[in-house]
Amino acid sequence: MEETNMDDCEQNRESEVAPALIAVHPTHQSVAVAVGSNLRVFNLQEGCSVSLVDDSGVHMHKDSIRAIRYGAEGKLFVSAGDDKLVKIWLTDSWCCISSVSSEKRVSAVAVSNDGRFVSFADKFGVIYAVEIEAFHENQSLPNKKAVPILAHYCSIITSLEFSPDGRYIISADRDFKIRVSVFPEKPSDGAHEIQSFCLGHAEFVSCLAFICSKDSQQRYLLSGGGDSTVRLWDFTCGSLLDTCHIGPETGLSQSKGVDDSLLAVTDLCATRGGSLIAVAIQSLAGVMLLSCNLSARSLHFARVVPVPGETFIPTSIAAAYSSNQLWMVMGASTLCASDSAPLARVKVVDGFCESNQDSVEHEMRVLEDKDIRGGEQLLQTLQGSSSIEKDALATAAEAVKTAMCNLLIKKQYPSENREFRKRGRNDKKVNKKK
Amino acid sequence: MLEHEVSNPTHNKKTGLPRKRFYRARAHSNPLSDSHFPIPISPAEVDYSLHYPEMVKVDGSKKIQFADVGCGFGGLLIALAPLFPDTLMVGMELRDKVTEYVKERILGLRTTNPGQYQNVSVVRTNSMKYIPNYFGKGQLKKMFFLFPDPHFKEKNHRRRVISPFLLDEYAYVLAVGGIIYTITDVEELGEWMKSCLEEHPLFEALTTEELETDQVVKLLSTATEEGQKVARNDGQTFRAVYRRIATH
Repeated sequence: MEETNMDDCEQNRESEVAPALIAVHPTHQSVAVAVGSNLRVFNLQEGCSVSLVDDSGVHMHKDSIRAIRYGAEGKLFVSAGDDKLVKIWLTDSWCCISSVSSEKRVSAVAVSNDGRFVSFADKFGVIYAVEIEAFHENQSLPNKKAVPILAHYCSIITSLEFSPDGRYIISADRDFKIRVSVFPEKPSDGAHEIQSFCLGHAEFVSCLAFICSKDSQQRYLLSGGGDSTVRLWDFTCGSLLDTCHIGPETGLSQSKGVDDSLLAVTDLCATRGGSLIAVAIQSLAGVMLLSCNLSARSLHFARVVPVPGETFIPTSIAAAYSSNQLWMVMGASTLCASDSAPLARVKVVDGFCESNQDSVEHEMRVLEDKDIRGGEQLLQTLQGSSSIEKDALATAAEAVKTAMCNLLIKKQYPSENREFRKRGRNDKKVNKKK
Repeated sequence: MLEHEVSNPTHNKKTGLPRKRFYRARAHSNPLSDSHFPIPISPAEVDYSLHYPEMVKVDGSKKIQFADVGCGFGGLLIALAPLFPDTLMVGMELRDKVTEYVKERILGLRTTNPGQYQNVSVVRTNSMKYIPNYFGKGQLKKMFFLFPDPHFKEKNHRRRVISPFLLDEYAYVLAVGGIIYTITDVEELGEWMKSCLEEHPLFEALTTEELETDQVVKLLSTATEEGQKVARNDGQTFRAVYRRIATH
């Protein structure tokens, strides 16, 4: 028994590892990186690091940040995580206008497209909404109470999104469900009407992204999961349009003997028209590109863009629609330098834009550190250090992998173990007598 | 399987039905724990021709319309089957041994009453987590929640099978006009279920006349094992029957 207890402790500690996150302002004005409890923002327009001002009267994040997000218009920024605080920031002054406290740890956040509501989800599957009003007056709001609007039954919410037209709120969970709920006009009354469930993933769902076709106003949903697939959905009716198995394309089963049916998709990022989709995959160095043909409603593997000169496994990726740059970060909360600021590595890929169906080879390249807008100062701000040793990165990759496994993958106990634990039960005793 | 039953010691020799004492299980099961049984990925994945071999052809055009959530030993299903011979109904139960019992009971009834009970079946599942994996939008006509686990402690209220958030999912699988039947012998739980349904915007209560004319309502307290136990002890029951209504 002692042995199993020790195992549990170890796993608990590992699951505390939080992967580094990245978010880009929709018009490319700033970039934010969260690693551990540190939130770092760099102003791309002025080329300087941003100092965060917290007027809300509540402390900064004290535990790992699990979700960061810009609002669709770029006026708001939200950060939240294990310290059960949802902090809402104004991006012009970078002051925190509100700190909403949650009862449980927060696992996902979203901002409604009109910027009126911030929504967040906790680890027990409950999704809350907070109304934001009069934020333009640049004064801090009273610390508001969030209203629960819907819930997945005790399942960790891994991703939360408002649909581009604002009609739906979409939540993905660890029990392979994606729920599409009608976002009500008065969220305080709850989001009771379910439009559809997108069911097809055989493992946890880790990330969601929207794409809209250029000609029609039709919108589609993309999801990535622990079953090594990226799936394309018509989310209004919950029908699965196509599935792309990314496992074999990584080449990891041949080169490293990794079971490629269990490579989790960690993040997704699509161009607005959806013709090109960047996919971050657990254990895959570089970023995978998929192409999407919306008229044929199909997804295809395009290629892997490697990062030359280092082992870079992105933990989070993001892009601004106005730029052709894909931002990637790799890091974990446990990866610390000697002065204990957690480290992260930032990389930028240039040429992330709609692909022309005819041109086969799409020009995309990973920028050298010196070519990144903001240069060394940006890296100093976002990474915690302008240069990072390679060894440190390798340990980060491992830490992120275990964090993901422990948090989202369901533990499988052999049936003998389960029977052993039931040995003292009365109904079992009756059986033994026979 | 059926031919073995004659010599099966867990079954009654005369009726061919399973004997309950071989299927004893705990009265409670934790709905929050991770499930270790197979769950269909989506409603389309379930092959109902295995459940209803005489009613469902492989194309699966005929769909389940009644669900008894937490069906226990299956008393209600067995009573409903002859009343709605053309309607497919399923019991959902979390405890594996109890599910086995119901399965055997249905198979036994099918052999002793040829042509009957072809419309009932049972699945082992956690309906609180996986109801959308079994039914599509607006598929069900009736849902039953009879004598559910009361979970008295406030910290365990989230384990109750009727709760404001779970009602959203039940509203999703119920067709507009579909009816949700709940009954309990625990007054506190009865009030809870009633208030959850009353406050939910997608449900409205049936009128007294409607309750009187609905032949299923009478079965709620008489058909199930729990209901009969309550009646034996002259206990009181608390009922809440609501209709799924369209969104405004």
